[in-house]
Amino acid sequence: MTRNSVISGIDWWTIILFLVIALFGWLNIYGASYTFDQTSLFDLSNRAGKQFLWISVACVLGIAVLFVEGRTYEVIAYLLYAFWIVVLLITPLLAHNTKGSMSWIDLGPLKFQPAELAKMITALALAKYMGRYEYRVRSWRDLMVPFLLLALPAGIIMVWQSETGSALVFASFLIMFYRSGMSGYVLTGGLSFALLFICAIRFGEVALPLGTGSVGVLICYLVLIAVVVGFMWLQEQDGKNTLILCGIIVLTYAAGLIANIWFTVNFNLISLVALVLALAYFTFVVLYRRHFSLLIVTAYVAVALLFCEACTMVFDKVLQPHQRTRIEVLLGLKDDPAGAGYNVNQSLIAIGSGQFTGKGFLKGTQTKLRFVPEQDTDFIFCTVGEEWGFIGSAGVLIVYLIFILRLIFIAERQRDNYSRIYAYCVAGIFFFHLTINVGMVLGLLPVIGIPLPFFSYGGSSMISFTLLLAVLLRLDAERLNKLH
Amino acid sequence: MTNDPYSRRPFIIMGSVVIVVLVFIARLFWLQIIDQSQKQKADNNALLRQVVYPSRGLIYDRNGELLVINQPIYEVTLIFQEMRHGFDTVAFCQCLNIDREEFDQRIAAIRDKKRNRGFSTYTPQIFMAQLGKEDVASLRETSYKYPGMGIRKRTLRGYNYPYAAHILGSVGEVSQADLDRDVYYQAGDYSGRDGLERTYEKRLRGEKGVEVIMRDSRGRIQGSYHDGAEDVEAVTGTDLHLSLDIHLQALAEQCLQGKVGSVVALEPATGEILALASSPTWNPEILVGKQRSTQYNRLLNDPTKPLFNRALQATYPPGSTFKTIQSVVCLQEGGITPQTKYPCSGPGSSPIKCTHHHGSPVSLLNAIEQSCNPYFWCAFRDMLQKDGYGDDNAVFRKRYNLWRNDVMKFGLGQRFKNTDLGEQAAGKIPYEREYNRTYGEKGWKAITIRSLSIGQGEVLVTPLQLANQAATLANRGYYITPHLNTELTSNPDLRHVTGMDTTWFSIVAQGMHQVMTHGTGRWYNIDSLQMCGKTGTVQNPHGKDHAIFIGFAPMDAPKIAVAVVVENAGFGATWAAPVASLMMEQYLTDTIRRKNIYNKMVNTVLEHPSEQQ
Repeated sequence: MTRNSVISGIDWWTIILFLVIALFGWLNIYGASYTFDQTSLFDLSNRAGKQFLWISVACVLGIAVLFVEGRTYEVIAYLLYAFWIVVLLITPLLAHNTKGSMSWIDLGPLKFQPAELAKMITALALAKYMGRYEYRVRSWRDLMVPFLLLALPAGIIMVWQSETGSALVFASFLIMFYRSGMSGYVLTGGLSFALLFICAIRFGEVALPLGTGSVGVLICYLVLIAVVVGFMWLQEQDGKNTLILCGIIVLTYAAGLIANIWFTVNFNLISLVALVLALAYFTFVVLYRRHFSLLIVTAYVAVALLFCEACTMVFDKVLQPHQRTRIEVLLGLKDDPAGAGYNVNQSLIAIGSGQFTGKGFLKGTQTKLRFVPEQDTDFIFCTVGEEWGFIGSAGVLIVYLIFILRLIFIAERQRDNYSRIYAYCVAGIFFFHLTINVGMVLGLLPVIGIPLPFFSYGGSSMISFTLLLAVLLRLDAERLNKLH
Repeated sequence: MTNDPYSRRPFIIMGSVVIVVLVFIARLFWLQIIDQSQKQKADNNALLRQVVYPSRGLIYDRNGELLVINQPIYEVTLIFQEMRHGFDTVAFCQCLNIDREEFDQRIAAIRDKKRNRGFSTYTPQIFMAQLGKEDVASLRETSYKYPGMGIRKRTLRGYNYPYAAHILGSVGEVSQADLDRDVYYQAGDYSGRDGLERTYEKRLRGEKGVEVIMRDSRGRIQGSYHDGAEDVEAVTGTDLHLSLDIHLQALAEQCLQGKVGSVVALEPATGEILALASSPTWNPEILVGKQRSTQYNRLLNDPTKPLFNRALQATYPPGSTFKTIQSVVCLQEGGITPQTKYPCSGPGSSPIKCTHHHGSPVSLLNAIEQSCNPYFWCAFRDMLQKDGYGDDNAVFRKRYNLWRNDVMKFGLGQRFKNTDLGEQAAGKIPYEREYNRTYGEKGWKAITIRSLSIGQGEVLVTPLQLANQAATLANRGYYITPHLNTELTSNPDLRHVTGMDTTWFSIVAQGMHQVMTHGTGRWYNIDSLQMCGKTGTVQNPHGKDHAIFIGFAPMDAPKIAVAVVVENAGFGATWAAPVASLMMEQYLTDTIRRKNIYNKMVNTVLEHPSEQQ
């Protein structure tokens, strides 16, 4: 393999997209941190100038990475992984407490967050493990080790460094798992659990008009009952058992309603009884008919039931107060613009005030006047929304869309599993960051502080994302040289 | 990767990415294009619409003398959010000369949302208002010690002369009623509370402007928005040019010092008020600034009722001054002719005594000159009874209404309309029905209401009406509604014609001139000024008689008409005539030569029953 063939194999589309995003991000950081006496985009005393420096540093490092043979990463992946786990473990000992998070290390001019690089290193380790020639995802046992590989750094970051946002990013590897053969039920199941959680919390305090109990929990149980009834109906032809099942449920609720005449009935409890009875009957029928694969439904509903019961408890006792408030505000439980919802509120105002074409570069009043906290880091997208309007912000989203689709395209054209898995990890990480960050800024998702890749201000994330991408580009450039 | 069992999955993943981005774009579409509420919130957020207060219109007198000016005062404001950064409370309190306790009280008052609905820790809140330049000077020097403090300039009224308080009125904090009525005002604004300041509030106040200022999320001012392109400049209030002659006004107030009463001077040809004084009064300066509320309460609780503008609101029987009107009306309605003479038996006359000694029978001119009561009783009686009484006194009552209408044409018994004066009393010329009620329709005759003939009894007038009556006599039959703003002079609606023969007026004018040359006013006459006048001494059931005088000068081309009322003073000739005479002298010659009369008037203090309470 010659150096020449590597350069000719580089995916220039990705590099162009990377540069477009990074430079537009840099302009917006200038806009967001613009004060009236500021003159230069390159002035190192302000954030735009610094970001330019970080972009330059990241490019230099990225180019350097492009010259390192892809095989190297595969060789050192486990070693690097082990080393980085140690780094993650000692980080809080060296770190200053930054807004409750213990994840930043001071390295002279650069405040470095090891958690950022942990994503790439974990991706490399996962690629090495799952990229072995003989590796196949045949059962959940095959995913045990990969799951542990991602859970270990995620756990350290979440528990030991109190950096929930960065830890959640590791969930993005599930996309790669899915592509590699993990059951789609895991993703849908996970998503449904998230929705059940939101429902239980959102309407957890709303009392029922009759008896006692909360609307949220009741809805969760009714949904689960519907799941049981639905699967019962799907697995039989005549619908006789479905009718019996419905009868059981209706009778249970009727009993509850009648009992309510004499004493106050907890309808959450009635629902629980109905659900347990329905599930028992369903399981009985499934076992009787030897449709053992449908026991997964029993398992799911049982776990979901326990999950719902646990929800309120988890919410009240496990989550930190600021996380609790963030979720409450997001779910509309608290309406306090100056309090916890302030960030999101101001962000929406800034974006909404941009209208169709935006107020123009450096003309945004909301972001410029620091109404939006973290406006050049996690909330950078609202500067785009305000100054460049619908055109600009939709444009940025489309550029990201093309970028991520390009990464998936690159992933699919790899000839070896190692590169393909790594590429899916990269695509997943960018997709996850984009979704959580923009979802947060647009008030659709909870406020989880993770950066918008290449866009948000920060040397640590800029360099980490660039390295993540550079490794992929090198692996991709080598694809033609690999023969299977 | 051949035979990939999951070859569909890349498309599912790509599809998910596309869906997420489409959801975001839809959300952006909603926020930026459909939902306009965010835009408004943004404006409220970043743009501080700071009110720019216009300077209030100035007030000048008829000679262009500046009466009411604006003087700067200062307000100290605090932005609570910024006070956290090392606010030196001790030094702050020292500069404002308050103790820590008062500081805490004021802060608590600002924070009280019930009292201060606009409270926000991000916007300037008024900590202390109405401070002088000296008060804020030391704060300015050490302002670096007080982050979040601001000093705002406002204007207050200032007065170049200590006179005309009743007329000018005052400016104070806007009342709740005005706040409810007019959206222009916001709590804490100033508005004219009484007098001309209230009457002409809308033109004097001007229009508030808006300065659009950008601020950051902590409320700090970041600069002007769009370089001031969105600013609305404040429109300065329109100046007011009064008909008042401040020197004449000063003389009137000086003459009333130590007495209770009022002086009104008019320019007969125009109805312009030259002076309008009510005593006791106050220096308008005391109702400005911090002391306003205490001083106002002091005036409100004063037993002599200084806030009561006697010139407009006090009513008195006109007494003998009414004989001038009686003369015109009786001549007009045919009760008497210029040649008619009646006998007078002096104090022995019946049914009304004469208080003066003069020859008999007496002619109209002499009757005016000598203020002969029996003459006017006879004239009144003959006027009313000219056509007999008729069935059920109907003819008589018709004559009474004729008389009443004529008297009303002099502006009596009603408030002046379309003018710029404050609250007026209507006075009273009794309705026929009042007598019907008391005596029955057939129960009253001329003799019953004989007091009216000499201006006593049920008839009541205000000093302003008296002055207007003098002006009507001076004009020989018409008057222009008295007013203060010279712009009103040309308003045709203000012109009122009595419709009575000019000849009768000339006779009365002649009689009034004789009053000054030979009659009750002769001690205060200046021949060269052709003064005309009529004294009155009004019986007062509550104490000493009120002294009244009306007059005008010069007789042939009147420039000034005056009415003077001095309560509980005794004879009109003694206490009211000299004041009126001085007023005429001052206005017509621009100086006072008769210092002795002036000094006597200025230095005399007359006891008033209200002070003994």
